[in-house]
Amino acid sequence: MNGVEPRTTTAADALVAGVLGGNRLLLARAISRVENQAPEASALLTALYPHSGQAHIIGVTGAPGTGKSTLVTALAQCYRAAGLTVGIVAIDPTSPFTGGALLGDRVRMRALAGDAGVFMRSMATRGSLGGLSKTTGDVVTVLDAAGFDRIIVETVGVGQAEVEIASTAHTTLVIEAPGLGDEVQAIKAGILEIADILVVNKADRPGMDRTLRALEMMLDIEGNGARYVRHHGQLLRVESPVESDEEDRRWKVIVMKTVATDNTGVEELRQRIEAHRHWLMESGELALRQQLRIANTLENIIRAELNRRIAASIPAGRLDELVEQIRRRERDPYSAAAELLSLV
Amino acid sequence: MSERKIRVLVAKPGLDGHDRGAKVVARMLRDAGFEVIYTGIRQTPQMIAEAALQEDVDVVGLSILSGAHMTLCPKVVELLRAQGQEHVLVVVGGIIPDEDVEKLKAAGIDGVFGPGTSSEEYVNFITSHVRVPA
Repeated sequence: MNGVEPRTTTAADALVAGVLGGNRLLLARAISRVENQAPEASALLTALYPHSGQAHIIGVTGAPGTGKSTLVTALAQCYRAAGLTVGIVAIDPTSPFTGGALLGDRVRMRALAGDAGVFMRSMATRGSLGGLSKTTGDVVTVLDAAGFDRIIVETVGVGQAEVEIASTAHTTLVIEAPGLGDEVQAIKAGILEIADILVVNKADRPGMDRTLRALEMMLDIEGNGARYVRHHGQLLRVESPVESDEEDRRWKVIVMKTVATDNTGVEELRQRIEAHRHWLMESGELALRQQLRIANTLENIIRAELNRRIAASIPAGRLDELVEQIRRRERDPYSAAAELLSLV
Repeated sequence: MSERKIRVLVAKPGLDGHDRGAKVVARMLRDAGFEVIYTGIRQTPQMIAEAALQEDVDVVGLSILSGAHMTLCPKVVELLRAQGQEHVLVVVGGIIPDEDVEKLKAAGIDGVFGPGTSSEEYVNFITSHVRVPA
């Protein structure tokens, strides 16, 4: 049902010229090639990569219904008022059953329509579970090369453990809303730990004070001085030494209140993001985050290529045969996997 | 590892706010394995064409019940073509009088679907008509 012929049209070099020259139609098509992992995608990315690295990448994550899309819209408007251009990538889930997706973030983003300084693209997760799709980072690279000053990446509505955004974005916002959980939720591991800025949106709703208290208590316990390093593929949190002369140089995670529907607190949030951007540059943390992002990109490329080689080396039908043998308990999945991997 | 999905923009142009039909169709197409970008109500032809461009869709589906289809639908086609999206399939669903169907087709609308159209009809039409861009 999904198997349309791959697009074999505009040549990769024409797409590259289009992206760099500000042609929105060719930019959109280049993004599709990258998202579809079309044969020319790696040539495209190779040509565009040297032009990337200028944009500040802002991740926006949080549970479904906390107002992420509305907040992204309001934030983009603030950036436009400040004279900067904005690229937006908004991700919604793919059905694990049909492979289809309903991408609904545009419904909240109508205020951005007609502004040539904004480019918004919806993406489906296409089977990825970390809150992004596997090509999101590559699509961000394309928008970065196209010259957008700020790129906002909105994850799917996440639960507790989808923290992939932290290795894609420079500044990660975690959005909460009043009434979604108590103090114990706030001290659980996962999503809250990746926040550079915590935002309680819908701050005009009942339960605001309690949510704010819970989050602030969580920040007090954490001591607010952590850094992330990547170690054997895992995000590790490293507490910075708490020395008094270092105290001022550390980034302080604070809780900000917004009401995205009427822009309350959104300009203050934008200024806080910019403050984080300056802190990243001055503290040397930016290089660390760039390393994290590049290591992540490299790993993804290698993994994708390995997957492709594995898929290509398994003889047609062999996988199904093995599955059936395992089902009849004639084989076990461990030795079957070893057999298949020995063919690669 | 190339993965290509049919992308469909579902939009409601004009001022009528009755979006149940559009949502039902969006859901049908989602269940058929398409990536559906749903824009919601009160979209201008300009907003629809610009969204279709940014999202690089294969199909634009317009849901319209207000009677303004003869004004709004050809305008969407015209804007899509003007920005270089000649290949995009444009279909219209809603309440369209029989005498207007041929006129819409003459204006570049590829398919017109009334109430009661089945999921299979939509899906078959789209999969058999979707075009590769120039």
